[in-house]
Amino acid sequence: MRAAVVVFPGVNCEHDVVHALRSLGGDADLVWHKETNLSGFDGVVLPGGFAHGDALRTGAIARFSPVMSEVGRLADEGAPVLGICNGWQVLCETGLLPGAHIANRDLSFICRFVEVEVIDTNSVLTRQARPGQVLRIPLNSYEGNWVDPSGEARVVLRYVEDPNGSQDRAAAICNERGNVVGVMPHPERAFDELLGSSDGQVLLEGFLHSLVPA
Amino acid sequence: MKVTVTIDRRPEIADPEGTTVRRALHDLGFGEVTAVRMDRVIHLEVEGEDAAGVRARVEDMCRQVLANPVLEDFEVEVTA
Repeated sequence: MRAAVVVFPGVNCEHDVVHALRSLGGDADLVWHKETNLSGFDGVVLPGGFAHGDALRTGAIARFSPVMSEVGRLADEGAPVLGICNGWQVLCETGLLPGAHIANRDLSFICRFVEVEVIDTNSVLTRQARPGQVLRIPLNSYEGNWVDPSGEARVVLRYVEDPNGSQDRAAAICNERGNVVGVMPHPERAFDELLGSSDGQVLLEGFLHSLVPA
Repeated sequence: MKVTVTIDRRPEIADPEGTTVRRALHDLGFGEVTAVRMDRVIHLEVEGEDAAGVRARVEDMCRQVLANPVLEDFEVEVTA
């Protein structure tokens, strides 16, 4: 049971994600965005950063990376697909999650701990958490302001206090099936007390428990 | 052919940049400004003789990548 952590040019959280998943007992490896075969993997993480330099729009170019057709296949098969921060933006541009991201309401790059409340536990990210549980996790983004005119998304984590204008105070959403999740704060930066919080652990453990052999 | 693509955010979608610029204009004494929208303009040079054909191709580019259909509308203008 192994997770692929996709490396687009310009991402910068890939090692943190691999380190956190391995530290929690999972198996994860980096995969270059030009890979066209993810058959040895049971799930995918799109880590944070600035895929393809965020040219045009965040995630707009990453969507055309060769690896994305395999990410789409795994999503269709029900495998866990997690986009963190920029990864969530890529999932929206790809159409695997509804909506899109715009600049934070106050045009500030937000880099601090935020509190998020677990709203829905029927997703690969939140399945190990309790409804109503409040988690302290670092947010680190400029375009974290999620907009969804379709109203189709399920919010799984909600900011306790609105930091960026995100619709419905959404900090994480999932698709109907719950296997594709986008989250704006970084659970991998809060997987150990050494980092100031271990609240991200329960989320990453949920993802790891969702990895089942294809 | 020269093609100008204007990409504007749908009016119902927030435009934090536009709001900030409007506030700055007010601070500078331009209180008469009631709305600012920050559209994007993309200039393309495209091979082709047939303006309608070029337009159709560029509109296709807009739908596939240049604009995000969730947030934005686009307008294509072809000049020789």
